[in-house]
Amino acid sequence: MAELLIPITVFVLAAFVGFEVITKVPPTLHTPLMSGSNAISGITIIGAIIAAGEDVGAVGAVLGFLAVTFATINVVGGFLVTDRMLEMFKKDRP
Amino acid sequence: MNVTAAGYLYLLSAALFIFGLKRLSSPATARRGNQLAAAGMLLAVVVTLTDRQIVGYTTIIAGLVVGSGVGTVLARRVEMTAMPQLVAAFNGFGGGASALVAAVELLRDPASPLRTLVTIALSALIGAITFSGSFVAYGKLQGIVSGRPVTYPGQRFVDLVIAAATLALGGWLAATGSTTALWSLLGISLLLGVVRVLPIGGADMPVVISFLNSLSGVAASMAGFVIDSNALIISGALVGASGLILTNIMVKAMNRSLGNVLFAAFGGEAAEGGVGAEERTARSATPEDVAITLAYARSVIIVPGYGLAVAQAQHVLRELASALEARGVDVKYAIHPVAGRMPGHMNVLLAEADVPYDQLYDLEDINPEFAHTDVALVVGANDVVNPSAREDPSSPIYGMPILDVDQAEHVIVVKRSLSPGFAGIDNPLFYLDKTMMLFADAKKGLADVVSAIAEL
Repeated sequence: MAELLIPITVFVLAAFVGFEVITKVPPTLHTPLMSGSNAISGITIIGAIIAAGEDVGAVGAVLGFLAVTFATINVVGGFLVTDRMLEMFKKDRP
Repeated sequence: MNVTAAGYLYLLSAALFIFGLKRLSSPATARRGNQLAAAGMLLAVVVTLTDRQIVGYTTIIAGLVVGSGVGTVLARRVEMTAMPQLVAAFNGFGGGASALVAAVELLRDPASPLRTLVTIALSALIGAITFSGSFVAYGKLQGIVSGRPVTYPGQRFVDLVIAAATLALGGWLAATGSTTALWSLLGISLLLGVVRVLPIGGADMPVVISFLNSLSGVAASMAGFVIDSNALIISGALVGASGLILTNIMVKAMNRSLGNVLFAAFGGEAAEGGVGAEERTARSATPEDVAITLAYARSVIIVPGYGLAVAQAQHVLRELASALEARGVDVKYAIHPVAGRMPGHMNVLLAEADVPYDQLYDLEDINPEFAHTDVALVVGANDVVNPSAREDPSSPIYGMPILDVDQAEHVIVVKRSLSPGFAGIDNPLFYLDKTMMLFADAKKGLADVVSAIAEL
């Protein structure tokens, strides 16, 4: 499976970047981190859009529609709720 | 748009995700970071919409509109206490989408090369498990499904059979590209997600959600292998890593291992109270006693637990803290890593009540301070302040990191009764000479204390 070598390389290196970046997030932000990174995992919306745009018959169209809907809920809801939480984090006021 | 240009733009959106996550390293820059990541996502969506493979836009637009509407309503309406359920639900939708993408790709070309079929099978399997597992977790946290571990004789064996069948169907799909194999694999993976999460107790759900979040990242990466998209592979790997780190933090803070959480059906039976039976008396106090002790202290550390959130008492707690500060008392908050229902949950609840984040301290930072603090005020927390974790090697929570409130000069515990916490373990803290118990609902009890302080 030589063709998989490059994508797997990308995957492994990105995982290392992920570990490095995430370990620097302080515990106080762990809930927004979870919901925010969850929204990022909604990137599967790209695959969903391509799938829904192809012509693969009626079953394919239904599945494609569901895929886009699910992924969009994940993305839009995830980023919005994270923003709502982070907006509340304030320093001591005078 | 040509493939190369699209590829560079996808790379840019992946870079925006990384910048966004980097800015989450401080509350001051975090909001901007989240917006950057959202901008990266928008860019990726726009680029994808120009993809040449797309022949019709009706389905896509319908899905985008419906999904945005549902997502917006859910995000706006949710109570901050219900955040773990919401994350579980969003996570389930993401996993479901990955599984569906794999299904459509197989329908499009059942004669795909082996490497594509392998990744289709993995994406379908992981996505479907994430979908059903997340919604069972949602049900447990929301109280729709019993929070108790669901167990029955022969469960291990049944689970093993289902897991083996899942792998076999995955292998069949990868080898043949059969659509029958696809539907069966999706069905049995959904079942596997349900039977794997049902036996896990409600209190462990945050670990499950975090772990499933990690899986949904991996599922997105797998979908990226299927459609040859670096953007998906990179973002999925980032999320996979973040989910694993958070999972690890949680199981450590609970003194458990991931295997123990996933397979031990913890929290079902109350542990036999070996020493609990002997006659020990806890000292009950009135709101006036508590008010006097707090008002004449120099320093107070507040330890909020999930009971505070259940009683929706975070706002009245903030009032109490302000009243004390007005009298010159130094007030800090000590936050255990698993206070609330997910890591960092208590910080969000207190932020909602306008508590400034620089008054919140993590376990390692605050523990040395208890020894020279006048009063530790514990509201709705139990296991995370149980000294047995430090002193009693026979205790089930022995070795768990706790907040050392018993080292403060006085301890005040606001709690409804002496009943043990979810781990079913008796707490010797309640019977110390220096401990005062205010038996009350957190909201009512704290409100009484606030008015008593006003009358001093």
